[in-house]
Amino acid sequence: MREIRYREALREAMLEEMERDESVFLMGEEVGHYQGAYKVSEGLLEKFGERRVIDTPIAEAGFAGVGIGAAMVGLRPIIEFMTWNFSFVAFDQIINNAAKVYPMSAGAIQAPIVFRGPNGAAKQVAAQHSHSSAPFYTNIPGLYVIQPSTPRDAKGLLKSAIRSNNPVVFLEGETLYGVKGEVPDEGEEELIPIGQSRLARSGGDCTIVSWGRPYYTVLAAAEKLAAEGIECEVIDPRTLRPLDTSLMVQSVKKTNRCVVVHEHWPYGGPGAEIVDRLQREAFDYLDAPLERVASLDVPMPYALNLEDTVLPTEERIIDAVKSVSYAE
Amino acid sequence: MGVPLPDKDDLLRQYRMMMVIRRFEEEAARNYAKGKIGGFLHLYIGQEAIAVAAADALADQDYIFQTYRDHGTALARGMSPNAAMAELFGRDTGCSRGLGGSMHYFDAERGFLGGWAIVGGHMALAAGTAFKSKYVGDDRVTICFFGDGSTNIGGFHEAMSLAGLWKLPVVFVCENNQYAMGTPLERTSPLEDLSIKATGYGIAGDRCEGHDVEVVADRIGAAVERARKGQGPTFIEILTYRFRGHSMSDPAKYRSRTELEQRKQRDPITVVRERLLGLGVEESTLDDIDLEVDEEIDAAVRFADESEPAREDVMLSTVLAPEGDA
Repeated sequence: MREIRYREALREAMLEEMERDESVFLMGEEVGHYQGAYKVSEGLLEKFGERRVIDTPIAEAGFAGVGIGAAMVGLRPIIEFMTWNFSFVAFDQIINNAAKVYPMSAGAIQAPIVFRGPNGAAKQVAAQHSHSSAPFYTNIPGLYVIQPSTPRDAKGLLKSAIRSNNPVVFLEGETLYGVKGEVPDEGEEELIPIGQSRLARSGGDCTIVSWGRPYYTVLAAAEKLAAEGIECEVIDPRTLRPLDTSLMVQSVKKTNRCVVVHEHWPYGGPGAEIVDRLQREAFDYLDAPLERVASLDVPMPYALNLEDTVLPTEERIIDAVKSVSYAE
Repeated sequence: MGVPLPDKDDLLRQYRMMMVIRRFEEEAARNYAKGKIGGFLHLYIGQEAIAVAAADALADQDYIFQTYRDHGTALARGMSPNAAMAELFGRDTGCSRGLGGSMHYFDAERGFLGGWAIVGGHMALAAGTAFKSKYVGDDRVTICFFGDGSTNIGGFHEAMSLAGLWKLPVVFVCENNQYAMGTPLERTSPLEDLSIKATGYGIAGDRCEGHDVEVVADRIGAAVERARKGQGPTFIEILTYRFRGHSMSDPAKYRSRTELEQRKQRDPITVVRERLLGLGVEESTLDDIDLEVDEEIDAAVRFADESEPAREDVMLSTVLAPEGDA
């Protein structure tokens, strides 16, 4: 297998699906002539032309709605938000239109559409540009919410998202775009099913569930813990709605303890949902209360030292694992 | 302008459809009062000429979007009064199988793509179906209805803006019934003539009275033709008036009795009826139509009342569409 970057994996997914299906198009701010604000769509305009790679004015509600309308009558739009922070002005379109047209029409009209873009904190972009959007969108029946951590998952899941008959919220990460990882060779098509978690690291002492940016912090922390004799098993849910808890439950039955690490505020959201489900689905196997390592409950500050404190740190992860392990 | 003057038969058909809508909604109001219908119920009474004219101006393959005041437009498009009434009663036989209600009528087969109930929120969707028509090069036109109250919200602005930029085959019809819920236009807009807003989006603007079905059909017809020829969108402001309150819970105390009585002088149904009489149609012919419509609507109420309730399995199986080969 070759190694490519997360952004290249996303680009390949879009390119392959656009080649495969004429009804797929990409629309958003700066996706064409500018080559993408984060260069995810680089080269696609040259390949597919302005008909299928469409630059928009700054009008998220407008072009999100155009995408939904186009999806209702048979196209498969990919709508890029320059960042998910800007999706909030299109919140009504996603929640009231994309997620509602199929149910309100009693299944007569589908909305196969992907909304994608970078989510969460980048670096020092402060309170308005650092939102972790999963808690907002995972609350909505009628949406799929996917947050891939690795290039391989990014590619395989984006391809599945584009082929899905439902609206998909696809959360990427600016700090992940440069991450390299193994992806199947060109010509070897891999579709990763929506709603399947993945075992990222095996270990018998403590289960850690994590995804997105802190996934990498968790893997680093797990190595340090291993050096101290605590072997962590790491599960990446990959899809946050629907949530697949099967591997988590299986793992907790073995380790009897679990820490959930997430980049979003502690009030509700997928982090709390996972903890809720595990305490019900694996109650008899738990030797300690489930713990969560979340973003601190504050709007993101600008100063780098404070931003580093707000996001889940290796130190907090290690402390949490030791706490549920009743280690010193 | 492309639409020929309708002959007597066309006018009779239009008269009949306007009567269907009127009687349908009068019965809906009665059954709302009886507690057979719940939620919000926004009546179209007084505005019927617009729905009927638009239906005539469109081709079978065209797409229609309407707000929550959607009964008239759906019926004019050909939805059966049975399916429409059953939806209000929350029955499985309703046009949205009891999941939508008054505000969310759908009839995908007829291109009726919904009643939508967030003001301005559906307008970008209409730009989207028009975008698809341009993308695949089909011959369809999208028509999108909204009220004067919508013209102040962002959804209106962004939809008009993108439709103008991309010259999409869409007709935006503002049914200006003078009131955004209870607030008159002069307190919501610095403009008396809303159609001039079209200029700001680089699209054609038009404005006409809404009580004469022939005039409205002519003007919407011209806009539809422009869109179909690839000449871009049109924004038409149609001046109309609703004879009832905003919804069933609104006694409409914000307007005077005199104003209402004056407006009722221009009841679109009376206008057509008088024109038909002038063309030599017998009064008894029109009375026969009225009776026939009464029976049709009575039958719709019976149908709704006797239909099975909405189903839990339908609700649970229509949250997400089944996945298959894309």
